[in-house]
Amino acid sequence: MKKIYFDYAATTPVDREIIEKIKPFMGEKFGNPSSMHSFGQEALFAVDNAREKVAEFLDCNEREVVFTSSATQANNIAILGTLKKIKNPHVITSSFEHKAVLEPLKESGVEATYLPVYKEGVVRVEDLEKAVKENTVLVSLGYVNSEVGTIQPIGEIGTMIKNLNKQRERKIVYHTDAVQAVNYLPCKVNDLGVDILTLSGHKIYGPKGAGVLFVRENTQISPIFYGASQERKLNPGTENVFAIAGLGFALENIGKYNWEKVKKMRDRIIDVVLSDINGAKLNGSREKRIPNNANITFPGTEGESLMIALDTEGVAVSTGSACASKTLSPSGVLLSMGLSHEDAHSSLRISLGRYTTEEEVDYFLEKLPPIVDRLRKIAGK
Amino acid sequence: MSNYYTKETMKRFLEPKYFGEMKGADGVGKVGNPKCGDQMTVYIKVKDGKITDASFQTLGCAAAIATSDVVCEMAIGRNTEEALKITQEEMIKKLEKLPAVKVHCSSLAIEGLKKAIDDYEKRK
Repeated sequence: MKKIYFDYAATTPVDREIIEKIKPFMGEKFGNPSSMHSFGQEALFAVDNAREKVAEFLDCNEREVVFTSSATQANNIAILGTLKKIKNPHVITSSFEHKAVLEPLKESGVEATYLPVYKEGVVRVEDLEKAVKENTVLVSLGYVNSEVGTIQPIGEIGTMIKNLNKQRERKIVYHTDAVQAVNYLPCKVNDLGVDILTLSGHKIYGPKGAGVLFVRENTQISPIFYGASQERKLNPGTENVFAIAGLGFALENIGKYNWEKVKKMRDRIIDVVLSDINGAKLNGSREKRIPNNANITFPGTEGESLMIALDTEGVAVSTGSACASKTLSPSGVLLSMGLSHEDAHSSLRISLGRYTTEEEVDYFLEKLPPIVDRLRKIAGK
Repeated sequence: MSNYYTKETMKRFLEPKYFGEMKGADGVGKVGNPKCGDQMTVYIKVKDGKITDASFQTLGCAAAIATSDVVCEMAIGRNTEEALKITQEEMIKKLEKLPAVKVHCSSLAIEGLKKAIDDYEKRK
């Protein structure tokens, strides 16, 4: 049976050339980067090399790059570390952030404003401006939403915050989780105007187990983990050399790939599905969207059923349905965009990638309609 | 293929035997709600107190569809009193097992059958 991966937003396969380049760090080059002997220095060289590539990609100083084990860990440091020593802080975020932002924020217990995202799945700069208060110390917004792929006006907000900060006693720290943006959008931190930025290796054809937290120099941030002095003391612990090296190589490859072909295939999926399947609806802005994402509601079906049925045909996609989650509530992202519970339960996320082919798209478009029909029949819809 | 569900669950999800609206049913039970994601209707035909036919319509996950199919199969041939005694454990046994978060699907199916029997009793 064919096996087709349409879930690149969940994770990407590691680039084959990168696998070869980092293999030695799983084998003979096993040293601890903190050791001064040759074994250690060999490993340190790999980490430093990756740091250089991150700095180049973000257009920042190497000292501003903190390696983490994941984007979730990076977001926790960004949020909890920024808020730690501040009295009575107020935070602004959006109502459809990733759990890796919402949960640490909830844990911190601070006052927070959740900006609306509307049907388009995009925050509005004017809403943010209105939400700023005297005690606002942190704005945290994802660059691209992970479920619907919509692009947020991160640069525009950066400029606004910069202007506000000129007159503010309490400066606002601006954080963006850029995990889903890195492949497709400019990420130079000065152009975006961000103070803190998160990215992850495994969404960009690098290995799992490495993330980055960019922290602009002189940004107020306190450690939330304690140990030795690795990673500016923000993430003490022995570095995951293999994954960090891979992340560096993956970033080096960004920009070499032309996403036009992926965008065309994604557009074909949207066009064909919306015209051939009765009632199918695209969720979120079509224009302000990264090129690989399609998030579609299929009324009269349930997302987990669709996903499982597609999986039996060899096609892997993802769903915002509660039935596929452990919490039994549907995607908060889709609900915050105004979808009914029923529609949120009926949605699929299809995310393409570098290795997607036209033949795979054909196969998917052939298999999907009868599955939808069959499930609708079972549901009596 | 995913190992999330057992072969039996997948079989019943992909090729359920008892789905479809039943014209002239003697009892109909509607359960679930759009909020939780699963909506289930169970239809029964009863003759001399015995369930002679059962069918379902389910908008829900693979487990909800599979358990709907199981509950119909188990109900057919039983009298209504016996059918009310069908347990979650018995149903899950038919599927070999269910992931922990899906166990509630089997209770929804039982509830659907109970409602259909209630409806039949009321109509008598």
